[in-house]
Amino acid sequence: MPDAGVAPAGTAACKFGSIDGVEQSLASVGYIPSRQIATAVYLAQHLEKPILVEGPAGVGKTELAKSVATCLELPLIRMQCYEGLDEAKALYEWKYGKQLLYTQILKDKIGDVLGSEETLPSALDKLHQFGDVFFSQQFLEPRPLLRALQQPGGAVLLIDEIDKSDQEFEAFLLEILSDYQVTIPEIGSIHAIRTPIVLLTSNSTRDLGDALKRRCLHLHIGFPDAKLEGRIIQSRVPGIETHLRRELVAFVQQLRSLDLKKVPSISETIDWARVLVLLHAATLDAELVQDTLNVLLKFEADIEVAKKQIVTLTQKARQEAGLPI
Amino acid sequence: MNTAPASEPLRQFLQAARSAGIRVSAAEGIDAARALQVIGYGDRTVLKDTLSLVLAKTPDEKHLFDECFDLYFRRDELARSDETNSDIEARVTSNGFGGEGLGGGGGRSLAQMLMDDDRASLATAMEDAARDSGIQNIRFFTQRNLYARRILDRMGLRQAERDMETLRKDGDPATADQLENRIEALRDQARDMVERNLLLFARGETEKFREELLKSARLTNLERRDLERMRVLVRAMAKRLAARYAKTRRRRLRGHLDVRRTLRKNMGWGGIPFVTVWKQKRIEKPRVMVLCDVSGSVAAMAQFLLMFLYALNEALKDIRSFAFAGSLIEVSDILESEPIEIAIAKIMQAIGFGSSNYGNSLADFEDGWERYVTSKTTIIILGDARGNRTDPRTDIMQRLSHRAKRIIWLNPEFRAAWGTGDSDMFRYAPYCDVVTVCNTLRHLERVVADLLKDAA
Repeated sequence: MPDAGVAPAGTAACKFGSIDGVEQSLASVGYIPSRQIATAVYLAQHLEKPILVEGPAGVGKTELAKSVATCLELPLIRMQCYEGLDEAKALYEWKYGKQLLYTQILKDKIGDVLGSEETLPSALDKLHQFGDVFFSQQFLEPRPLLRALQQPGGAVLLIDEIDKSDQEFEAFLLEILSDYQVTIPEIGSIHAIRTPIVLLTSNSTRDLGDALKRRCLHLHIGFPDAKLEGRIIQSRVPGIETHLRRELVAFVQQLRSLDLKKVPSISETIDWARVLVLLHAATLDAELVQDTLNVLLKFEADIEVAKKQIVTLTQKARQEAGLPI
Repeated sequence: MNTAPASEPLRQFLQAARSAGIRVSAAEGIDAARALQVIGYGDRTVLKDTLSLVLAKTPDEKHLFDECFDLYFRRDELARSDETNSDIEARVTSNGFGGEGLGGGGGRSLAQMLMDDDRASLATAMEDAARDSGIQNIRFFTQRNLYARRILDRMGLRQAERDMETLRKDGDPATADQLENRIEALRDQARDMVERNLLLFARGETEKFREELLKSARLTNLERRDLERMRVLVRAMAKRLAARYAKTRRRRLRGHLDVRRTLRKNMGWGGIPFVTVWKQKRIEKPRVMVLCDVSGSVAAMAQFLLMFLYALNEALKDIRSFAFAGSLIEVSDILESEPIEIAIAKIMQAIGFGSSNYGNSLADFEDGWERYVTSKTTIIILGDARGNRTDPRTDIMQRLSHRAKRIIWLNPEFRAAWGTGDSDMFRYAPYCDVVTVCNTLRHLERVVADLLKDAA
């Protein structure tokens, strides 16, 4: 078992030396984390445990992994999960074409190599002297998981939307998640050169197995509060005016309390902020909101629900942003 | 390793978390200890975030965790503030009871502490006594007095009472009365404390106990106030079953040549496919037709069966439901469009509470829906088979049993009552593949699990 007390050496340790450090360095690459997210990243690094990130779509689960990678200047290796994903696509594959070519070459050359031998046993002995190259690293095509383990400087491995994969695939991940190694029957176990930082994301379309959850830190990212969302918008859309930002955040926060099929998440807020900046909007008014509502809401029914309340919502947003009505 | 000093409060907290309904494995306990070594106990919010990351793994558990954490550390806070104040103890001088009492904190008698109104020492002593009496093992509401008594005994209450008597005899009744009042107050505090701990350590247990009881209670005897809890239970059970069986099927939903494994298997022959490997064949989800007797006492049972089956939607291919008493109607539409509670009420209004006529109802079914019964259909009939001496029409049952994959008859009556009076159970039994007693949630779960298992 790796010693938890000793932080990994190098730049990683300097940047992620404390929870505040994590918070600052993530902020410096444009990801404003909540305290809990920063704690999770800090713990993941120091305990060498993967983080399972759950939460609604568009709250920045994938973005977190990207930002951690940028922060630590490590390569990000991303594996998108889907139904039917198997080890050949996730872990490794034999280069069948190359192996076939090899057998062809072997056929041609075998006479030259073994021709001088008199008896069958001596020919076999000679054969044994050659290395067993057929199932060896040379013919191995590494897929994301294996690549992550083979990175000499470490890596950030993002296993995206794990809930989309099959139950068996989950079981197959257990070895890599707990011991950072994979077993290839023909070769043996391959250990990570440097322990990668692993993030798994899930939209909870199905319940994940207990075994998987037990091996991970479980981080639930919800919708941010107004203050945090304001900071996120500020960092992502720097061109936006302060009072418009406040208004916009207050509006979205209220929108989330309505009974909608899909409530807008942070990515939608950011998009909306960009749209408003492009349109040179100075302040939110009912007409503008009505015209751009489809950026925030993705279902016709939701837009209908929201349209009826736009006037009251914008007024309230102005109020909360401290602007005159 | 410096885990030792940290492990005791953590261990207690883990116990509290478990009883709050969070599943904490030993491995997660170890992770928590390691995490605390990195993080320390300094910052309450960080501590909460950390433990939440390591221990609570679903949104439900996160919620439970927050509650449990706040509850646990509120209690802890009381104890801690007392510890910091415990130097007050040193300032208090003995005032006449010295050496007489036993037990209690700080080596002074309980009576003395009470008379000094030294709350800090009293709270510390109570905390110690509670720990000694094993308060974390409390499970039931009824154990409150027992534990309160134990705590007070350990604090030296008997001696304090004796001290009070002595005072009264020695002609200082005013002081004695004062002491008596304070002893009363102490009793209240002890009870309070036990209740806090009960909340912390036993909430999950009582819930679990109640659920176990409900699972094996006869559904016909349920009280109205348990209905909501039952609904939650049924949904949880159905969800578990659906999760288990929906998955096996999804995995096998393939029917093609497995090219990769075929190539690999044939590497030895230079890639010429001598042996072919096929992906597994897809497996049909069961199609179910449910016929529910909604007359009289069977109605309660029907409600739960329907609830169960509809909660299983994703594991079943197709489900059609019928309700009958004197005659039979299809109720699938009502059940799909309305929440189950309202739907059931509507069905009952439309047809329920009459006297049953099995023959008539079976005839209705044959006329209207027999053509939908295929060799893949499972027919489930729920009823007591008491047709009020009408013609049972076993001939229809015979025809159905030829058409359908199988017929399952669930009877809420005990086996001994079958065939007595107007029960036609034994007349129908030969045409059914399974006839079983079914009157508790447990029975229901078993029946539904078998249904899904056989199909897989």
